[in-house]
Amino acid sequence: MCTLSRQRKGSIHELVQMILRERFCHQRLPEKPVGMESQHKHLLELLRRTAVHGESNSVLIVGPRGSGKTMLLNCVLRELLEVKDVNKNVLPVHLNGLLQTDDRIALKEITRQLNLENVVGDKVFGSFAENLAFLLEALKKGDRSSSRPVLFILDEFDLFAHHKNQTLLYNLLDVSQSAQAPVAVIGLTCRLDVLELLEKRVKSRFSHRQIHLLSSLSFIQYLDNVRSQLSLPQDFPDTNFYDEWNDGIKTLCEDQSVVDVLQRHYNSSKDFRSLHLLLMLALSRVSASKPAIKPTDLLEASRVCMVDSKANILHGLSILELCLIIAMKHLNDIYEGEPFNFQMVHNEFKKFLQRKSHSIHNFDKPVVIKAFEHLQQLELIKSMDSSTAKIQKEYQLMKLLLDHSQIMEALQKYPQCPTDVKQWAMSAFG
Amino acid sequence: MVRYFTRLRMRRIYKWGGRPYIFDRKLKSYGFEYLNMSVEGQEAVTTVTPGQYILIEGNDDEYPFVAKLLKFFGDESHKQKKALVQWFLRLSEVPQNKKLLLGRSPHPQEIFYYLGRACDNEINAESILGTVQHVPEDTPFPEPGTKDTLYVKLSWDTKAFNVLDPVLMQDTPASTPPKPALPLFPPCASPTATPVSRGPVRRALPTPDPTVMRRAGSVSDTRATMSAGKRSTLEAESIHSASKLSASKILSAKRRGSAADTPGVRKKLQLSPGKKMTRADVLCELLDEEMESEKVISLKLSSSVSHSLQHGCSLSPMRSGCKTPNGQRRFPWKLSSISLDRLSPTALGEQDLSRATTPSRRKESAMAIRKPALGVLAEEDSEDSPMQPIALTPRSKRKSAQLVSLRIRKQLNLLDNTQKLISDGDDDCFVPSKKDLQSSSDSEEETMVRKTRGRNGKASARTPCKTPSKKVCMVTPSTPRHATPSIPSRTVPARQPGNILEEARARLHVSSVPESLPCREQEFQDIYNFVESKVMDGTGGCMYISGVPGTGKTATIHEVIRCLQHASDMDEIPTFRFIEINGMKMTDPHQAYVQILQKLTDQKVTADHAAALLEKRFSNPAPKKETTVLLVDELDLLWTRKQNVMYNLFDWPTRRHARLVVLTIANTMDLPERIMINRVASRLGLTRMSFQPYSFKQLQQIITSRLNKVKAFEEDALQLVSRKVAALSGDARRCLDICRRATEICEHSTSHPSSAGLVRMNHVMEALDEMFSSSYITAIRCASLQEQLFLRAVIAEFRRLGLEEATFQQVFVQHRALSRVEGLQPISVSEGLAVCQRLGACRLLLLEASRLDMLQRVRLNVSQDDVLYALKAVRD
Repeated sequence: MCTLSRQRKGSIHELVQMILRERFCHQRLPEKPVGMESQHKHLLELLRRTAVHGESNSVLIVGPRGSGKTMLLNCVLRELLEVKDVNKNVLPVHLNGLLQTDDRIALKEITRQLNLENVVGDKVFGSFAENLAFLLEALKKGDRSSSRPVLFILDEFDLFAHHKNQTLLYNLLDVSQSAQAPVAVIGLTCRLDVLELLEKRVKSRFSHRQIHLLSSLSFIQYLDNVRSQLSLPQDFPDTNFYDEWNDGIKTLCEDQSVVDVLQRHYNSSKDFRSLHLLLMLALSRVSASKPAIKPTDLLEASRVCMVDSKANILHGLSILELCLIIAMKHLNDIYEGEPFNFQMVHNEFKKFLQRKSHSIHNFDKPVVIKAFEHLQQLELIKSMDSSTAKIQKEYQLMKLLLDHSQIMEALQKYPQCPTDVKQWAMSAFG
Repeated sequence: MVRYFTRLRMRRIYKWGGRPYIFDRKLKSYGFEYLNMSVEGQEAVTTVTPGQYILIEGNDDEYPFVAKLLKFFGDESHKQKKALVQWFLRLSEVPQNKKLLLGRSPHPQEIFYYLGRACDNEINAESILGTVQHVPEDTPFPEPGTKDTLYVKLSWDTKAFNVLDPVLMQDTPASTPPKPALPLFPPCASPTATPVSRGPVRRALPTPDPTVMRRAGSVSDTRATMSAGKRSTLEAESIHSASKLSASKILSAKRRGSAADTPGVRKKLQLSPGKKMTRADVLCELLDEEMESEKVISLKLSSSVSHSLQHGCSLSPMRSGCKTPNGQRRFPWKLSSISLDRLSPTALGEQDLSRATTPSRRKESAMAIRKPALGVLAEEDSEDSPMQPIALTPRSKRKSAQLVSLRIRKQLNLLDNTQKLISDGDDDCFVPSKKDLQSSSDSEEETMVRKTRGRNGKASARTPCKTPSKKVCMVTPSTPRHATPSIPSRTVPARQPGNILEEARARLHVSSVPESLPCREQEFQDIYNFVESKVMDGTGGCMYISGVPGTGKTATIHEVIRCLQHASDMDEIPTFRFIEINGMKMTDPHQAYVQILQKLTDQKVTADHAAALLEKRFSNPAPKKETTVLLVDELDLLWTRKQNVMYNLFDWPTRRHARLVVLTIANTMDLPERIMINRVASRLGLTRMSFQPYSFKQLQQIITSRLNKVKAFEEDALQLVSRKVAALSGDARRCLDICRRATEICEHSTSHPSSAGLVRMNHVMEALDEMFSSSYITAIRCASLQEQLFLRAVIAEFRRLGLEEATFQQVFVQHRALSRVEGLQPISVSEGLAVCQRLGACRLLLLEASRLDMLQRVRLNVSQDDVLYALKAVRD
């Protein structure tokens, strides 16, 4: 009896996790994109005209990372393909600037996705020049009314602008401005200055339509969004659990500490991707024995999210390395951020040892060098010279990549840190 | 002109004399014995009877047309008065280059018996002006002075002057029965014709088999034995002369149209458009070249009563039937001669074959193909010619050039929707407000003719004159070697625009090809003259055209080529090949060779080999070489370190046998000076042209001409767009895109898409805002609190340092202090870096590579004032 109920509970919490994970990992598109209705309408209309009327278009979707550009586009495409006439009538071509790093690869990919006649299986035949000529010829032969519209989706559009001569962009945009096969060129980018990257003649061929996704979400809306993101859908099988969970979420979102955490996150960034990361961490703490998200879960998740990336590295350092870093900090203070070399650090360290010889071992110079090199490998210090080979190791100029606050914080948390070292760190000027 | 004008205002009254003496059932026409003619307000009545020599209204009042009246007839309703005549030619009507054949100086009053048949011998009786005397041939010429006496000594059969057969001059009024207007084309051939197959096929029609035509000609031609060559001569003549009949006919059509004209506006009277002046003008210029003598007739113009219309129709399809096997100029010559051989049953010798391939014959066929459009053009030309500006360069006086500029002007004058409307509109425009003198049935026919003409004209004018791509579909499509480039076709046809806004949007799309390009007349004319002269002289040359993007460079050249193709089809200039390459559409400058060779000969070779082949082609003489016009778009992309591609492109035209015209386009005016080494720049020469950005008036005109009477925009809204764009870039593409966006906004602003009204000022403003406003400020406003704080920290640090650059570490110190002031929890360094990176990704900040971590330098990509303004607005 007891085990059975636990099994049921277990299955339920797995179901909850599955549903919410899909949401947070962007595997399932939301029903309707939130907070971008006008942009959604604009884009849908535009693509619908290409699909139905055969009107060529070009558009850029611009917005900061994580603002939902791809989500918006996918929502629109989904909606578009639901229309009966359009379904079989468009040829979407997906390109990504990070994958298609030059025009040669991009052209092969386009040809492959369009499945033109020079493709056999997965292989595209012909040289770069032939591929280009072939594709252009194919697009030129088409016309507005009879050939299928092609939707070119260029993710990371700005990277395509770095291709040689911008040949691909020129040709795609030129097709979109001439009476050839209907195409829609949709660029996704996070750069606001993307148009400045385009060459004059490429720019002139672009229609200058930009859809900006700049969320002006208020904190109240943000909270609402968190609630809806965590709530279970209405078609959840277990109504009891559904009510229980959703009530729990409602109280969670009214908890002051949770609100504080969320406010902090909201202040830092408004985009949903970082929010999803936070919620995901909280969700992962849900288990069969604890079938609800508690405020502590969220606080813990927030702590994990906010943690300083270098703090952990500092915790792993030896006392000697820590001492070297403190010496560097003092050098920074004395010379106002001017670069230092090993010899200077070593001198500083020796001075400290002379003063407090009882508390710390006297290290040989090679050992100290080794520790210094280790710090360099951890990229806590960085060499300032470009040509490293010429100068002896001891005299290479270095800079510390740590902030004072980080060092002090690390020292506070460092287990069994000698008090002398702590005091040395806190004292001004060594 | 003026005198004639006044004379016309005296209305002449025409009345049939006597009863109809003969009734032709088939034609439903009555024959009449004589015609009474009187001038309004005067008592004197002139009676004209068949056999008399009459003057017929033309466009030259000094020298009206002369003809001998053979017979009168009219239709049942007695409204339409027709006459059958035998034409006589004045010397001025003889083509310039044939005048020498006379061998003596002509007498001013001398006329020639016309044996050609290009002119319809049926005229509108109401165009008769009066009678003249004629003197038989044996009397010597009297002293000049008596104006009403004319002298006939010789006959003219469009090829040579012959001594007049006295039989012809005998008074045989009724001897020539009203043979239903001699079929201009052998009737035996017409059954094979299917009039249905005309319109769309026309463009691709190959050459007619000359032998077939010749045979047909000799079989059916009962009156004069004319070879096919002669036929073409005669045809050529009438194409320009617009034939005597059509002269009077068009005149009457104009009168008819006058009813529709607003009575208040009394436009300049344009007299019968057809004949003398234009023709003399045109021929003088045109017929300098020997080739010009052979031309094809526009049978359309010979439209008389129904039969001739019918014949006109039956002509071209018949030809097309014969033509199909033949390849015309797009194919190598061998091909055409082979098919000729096969087709000619009367064993033609080698000579005949070679003759068959002479340009003139080719052109003849080309003419046949283009004819309908041409008919319209010729007419337009003749109607407009006196209105042409006098300040034309001697070159631009050439007829084809005039035609072209006329077309443009026409486009601007009347933005009528269809060609048909245009031609009708023309009639209306130039007609004096006179009473309708024409009978209704005639006018019906007339409109029919016009309609067909208009439609065909449009069809052929719309089709781009590009040589079709020469990719031949191979048998095995599975192997990618011979793959045909194509996009799969759609299952559901594209929907057509539904409402006015959609229609406007379709028209405003940059891709929609306008019928002509407004605002680039001068550039057009210059390029046209350049290319035309090179093509005509068979020489080569280079031209460099520069201008910022979106100023119509490529479009203008395409238009020029289209017009030149037209002209060459009309036989005014020799044929030429047009090839286009684009520096942006190739992966490597050396691919230019490959593409040129592929377009010239359909060979696919490597770049080096192609260069060698082209070199050979352009440096060696070859018989029957036609001029190649090469358009090189985006020239700057063809730059290589040694510049050999550019060098070759500009060097080939200078070869003696190249016959290559190179037109190059680039954006910068000083490209030759900047990137070309001396020997390249020197070969490019100094023929340069720059396209200025459009002014706001021009942009407005462009939009209006594109919209073409589709009333979708408020006038002010258009003006705003064009002013704004002109101020920024003068890029026509931009202008059109904004207008298009404005229509969308307008459509969305109303709930019902069908009820959407005009595009108003506010819609345009919104579109302009969308396209031109910088998004930085909005982006800053929409940024998160920490991001905004970081921006403030950056500015604070800049102020502290007095520099426009700081490291992240420095800024972060400021950031921490600021967040304490704001009462926010300070963020960790990692978070701070994340914030910084986000701003960097949007390019609000410019950052160094992120591996520098805290030491990366930070710069603002926006002005400090903008940031402060944006942040201030957020706080308020």
